[in-house]
Amino acid sequence: MSTSSATETRTTGGSGASPRGTRLTLRGATLGRPDAAAVSDVDLDVAPGEILTVVGPSGCGKSTLLRTLAGLLPPLAGTAEQDGHPIEGPGADRALVFQEDALLPWRTLRANVELPLAVQGLPRTERRSQATAWLERVGLAAQAGQLPHRVSGGQRQRAQLARALAGRPRAVLMDEPFGALDAQTRTGMQNLLVEVLRGTGATVVFVTHDVDEALFLGDRVALLGAGRATAVRAVPRPRDRTAYGDPAHVALRRDVLTSLGT
Amino acid sequence: MTRPVRYALRLVSLAVALGLWQLLTSRDIDVWLRFSQFPTVTDVARTFADRLAGPDYWTDLTDSLTRILSGFLLAAVLGVATGVLVARSRLAEDLLGPVLEVVRPIPAIALVPVAILLFPSNEQGIVFITCAAAFFPVLVSTRHAVRALAPVWEEAVRTMGGGRWRVLGSVVLPGALPGVFGGLSVGIGVSWICVISAEMISGQYGVGYRTWQDYTVVDYPGVFVGMVTIGALGWLTSTTVELLGRRLTHWLPRTSYVPTAARPKPARAAGAAVSPAGAAVPEDTRAQPEEARDEHLVRD
Repeated sequence: MSTSSATETRTTGGSGASPRGTRLTLRGATLGRPDAAAVSDVDLDVAPGEILTVVGPSGCGKSTLLRTLAGLLPPLAGTAEQDGHPIEGPGADRALVFQEDALLPWRTLRANVELPLAVQGLPRTERRSQATAWLERVGLAAQAGQLPHRVSGGQRQRAQLARALAGRPRAVLMDEPFGALDAQTRTGMQNLLVEVLRGTGATVVFVTHDVDEALFLGDRVALLGAGRATAVRAVPRPRDRTAYGDPAHVALRRDVLTSLGT
Repeated sequence: MTRPVRYALRLVSLAVALGLWQLLTSRDIDVWLRFSQFPTVTDVARTFADRLAGPDYWTDLTDSLTRILSGFLLAAVLGVATGVLVARSRLAEDLLGPVLEVVRPIPAIALVPVAILLFPSNEQGIVFITCAAAFFPVLVSTRHAVRALAPVWEEAVRTMGGGRWRVLGSVVLPGALPGVFGGLSVGIGVSWICVISAEMISGQYGVGYRTWQDYTVVDYPGVFVGMVTIGALGWLTSTTVELLGRRLTHWLPRTSYVPTAARPKPARAAGAAVSPAGAAVPEDTRAQPEEARDEHLVRD
């Protein structure tokens, strides 16, 4: 596994050398719970280090897709692979970020961020310094000792982001992480995400129902609707706020909206 | 209300109850309820003082405490372990569930014959009954608490690479703790009922045994000394459980913990009273610094 090499790079600190991203592939996959398939016949290939956003109306199976990639749900048919090997269960190299309230409420923000490091068996002092570094990166140095319910929703999501990245995963799977935030906080969080991802090299699958968010963050956008993956489109000038008026961007946005409307 | 005032109120509550008791018994009031035969507070207090000076009282006390503590701790460990097992494993649920459900409705004190048959000494029998009494409340509340845990917590730990034991130690046990303590609070109460009853039936020494002895020799003040002792010990142990629980679950969001005095009300409250929309104004101004801070942190 890659954990040993990842541990070496990790010791260099918060923004040290990065582990390589991983390739995630779904082939002819039917996803869902055994009694209720949510999406069928999905073919998806996420390249190492790319940010793929998945957009679709609520209830279209976006979360199911992420849970399958995380290894929490086995595909009902077809295969889910990581670097060509079937995904057999959850693992530390594929971190999951949830919509809300996934921080353990009895742990302080710092202790929450320390958790993946504790799972990996790092010594206490090492855990503490890395967690502190990550909390600083997401701007929560002052709140490190607070319990999750004592801080705002935006701060909780930043802590969750820090927790996911602290484990140095090779893929980060994000399930509408900013869905419950107000528009202003949300924009800030998107900028923060872009910034903290820079240099990690991690593959990102980011699920959202917000088309603009999907087009801002994604190198490519996958459309999900009516129980199927309908298309994957490359985004011109991703992670560039000024691309908003770009004709190619406008055309893509219109396309995405119409295909989701039907 | 400030702390000293609340403590004072609690003392007043006890004092009033005692005063009423003294009044009714010393005046030998007989209005359908007959207080004439009742020992007065002073009678009881005198007997209490005598007993405190003698050796038997303390032997009784330590005997009862030893019995209840061993029974209760055993029940806590077994109850939490079985509760977690039954809640987390379908196999354990199928194997243990039916037995537990059939045994559960049997009052622990009805297990006296079983205890006498099973255990070589009375002492172990009493501990067994005490344990059986506390076991089921702990088991049931643990089972419910574990089942009610939010699945995202477990999923989060598993996607960090955490295995079964990590999930147990980092999610299941701490997450179930508030519910478990509900069961422990109920459990310690039932334990007292059963330890006293068991002592009355089959004990040698112990507060329950002594109380029953006093009753058989018509020493009513002695009976009341026993009752007061049971009450005080029960209060002591359940307060201990309560405090321990509160300390271990300090992370729970509690509205009562927000100091009411901290709410800013001065100058602005007057303005709010004037304008009809004023109520919303302080709300906004209070929310702003937080948002501003958010943005600032994101930008740099």
